[in-house]
Amino acid sequence: MEEKNYMNPYLAGALLGLLLLATIYMTGRGLGASGAIKSFTVATVETLTPSHAEGTKFYEEYAQEHSGNPLKSWLVFEVTGVLIGAFLSGLISNRLALSMEFGPRSTTRIRIAGALIGGVLWGLGSQLGRGCTSGAALSGMAVMSTGGIITMFAIFAGAYLFAYLFRKFWI
Amino acid sequence: MGPLVPDIIGNDLNLILALVIGVFFGMILEQAGFSTSKKLVGLFYGYDFTVLRVFFTAGIVAMIGVMIMEHYGLIDINLVYINPTYAWSAVIGGLIMGLGFVVGGFCPGTSVCAAAIGKIDAMIFIGGSFLGVLFFAEGYPLFEDLYKSSFFGNPRFFETLGISQNMFAFVMVVVALAAFWFVSIIENRVNGVRQKVIQFTPYYISLASIGLMIALSAFMFPERKTMLENLVENPGVISSYEIKTMSVDEFAYRLMDPDNKMQVIDFRSPEAYFKFNLPKSTLFSIDNLFEKEPNRVLSVRHKINVIVADDELTEKKLAIMAKEVGYDRVWILKGGLNDFKESILGFKQLYEPRTKQEADLFRFRNKASKEIPLLIQQNKSAGPVKKIQKRVVGGC
Repeated sequence: MEEKNYMNPYLAGALLGLLLLATIYMTGRGLGASGAIKSFTVATVETLTPSHAEGTKFYEEYAQEHSGNPLKSWLVFEVTGVLIGAFLSGLISNRLALSMEFGPRSTTRIRIAGALIGGVLWGLGSQLGRGCTSGAALSGMAVMSTGGIITMFAIFAGAYLFAYLFRKFWI
Repeated sequence: MGPLVPDIIGNDLNLILALVIGVFFGMILEQAGFSTSKKLVGLFYGYDFTVLRVFFTAGIVAMIGVMIMEHYGLIDINLVYINPTYAWSAVIGGLIMGLGFVVGGFCPGTSVCAAAIGKIDAMIFIGGSFLGVLFFAEGYPLFEDLYKSSFFGNPRFFETLGISQNMFAFVMVVVALAAFWFVSIIENRVNGVRQKVIQFTPYYISLASIGLMIALSAFMFPERKTMLENLVENPGVISSYEIKTMSVDEFAYRLMDPDNKMQVIDFRSPEAYFKFNLPKSTLFSIDNLFEKEPNRVLSVRHKINVIVADDELTEKKLAIMAKEVGYDRVWILKGGLNDFKESILGFKQLYEPRTKQEADLFRFRNKASKEIPLLIQQNKSAGPVKKIQKRVVGGC
């Protein structure tokens, strides 16, 4: 079967906006993603080296702000849902396939290195920015938070600033 | 009044809800095409602006929606998570994420989506972001100064700019619409197609008019507090609005009455309140009227709320606001506290009563002027409304 077309972007945007609105109304918070990775990191460190986690400031501060098991957090559940939802959507639209994407001038090896380094940069940047495109930029825009909107502009500014240097990765 | 967590939706149900919300989030992102990095980075090379269209449409729909909910008092914005502003940390973090976007081809949410449909690069990306957080955690002492510097609290952008909320929303919507038009031109040029950017088909016309309606609706929903404050400055509204008025004598009688059917809602300044506060009274501010927690005080069953301030006009304005917000059983004290202090607390019999009613009145006031000060002394006031609820903790 053939892959189905993507949804009209404005329709998808409107649906996403309504979902975000419902989320804010029900839970008082927006959508997010990088927070789940943070919870996962903290949980891993606390499990593997509990003594290290106890003596390190970052984990101590995290434990002060979040009580209980770091994996029993809102964002971990939400991101688990994202995995399920995206999988179902891919199933319906015939897009399930193990694959990798890169530009014609790039190679698999470059793509792997790029994905890894890009991930590291996001992990680091989302901590400084207190959220990523979902938690800071999109949800921040919905509640008109100054911090969120600054982060949003900085993400797009950064991407445009460095886009030219990495054009061979993609085009 | 929202948010529904934690009163209506318990903390455990909230986690189930998170899962359900996530499923929809993942589906929408995947259906929009956010599971392919070629589409995602297209935004930065000009060949595909899907991300910008989806992102800004979602942003303005949710933003206007939050404004409307605030306007109709459906949500207490004070309880909603507003991302804190640490200016430099946000700028530098954002730039790093931007670099990560063009290098890695994903952002965290989209990488989860892409990994779910089998993109190997996305799985590697997620592994990388895990390492990135670990790097931040282990190197925390290095980042801590930046991370916690230039903190400005939790302001909202229109406050920072010093413009009204609706003006800001309107500008954002217009900017988004202009961007949608502009990026279509770029897209055509980069892809070498000559598709007309503006086509007067029913589809485009309805899309544009919906956008325009959203933009204009920003002005229809000014902040509720500002709107009501303006409303009660209108003399016509004040004179035509019916508010039940309680005489100083009835007020005094109910204060002394052990039956607890009356609550005094005191709107004076905290200084004035702590100097002199009546029994059965609670200190209130105008802001409290728009918050979720004070709701409980004003909507206790079988109790009437008497709004007091120094003068009757102020009381009436406040009562109109309270009624407009949706609180019933609102009374005001005739003549305000000034009259109450003069006629009751400082009661002086100036002449012999001429009728029996006057004799009764004088006797009552004489008694009240002795008893109420005692009650005030004994009264351990409840003080201002206690804010038990805190902002929801959110963010990443």
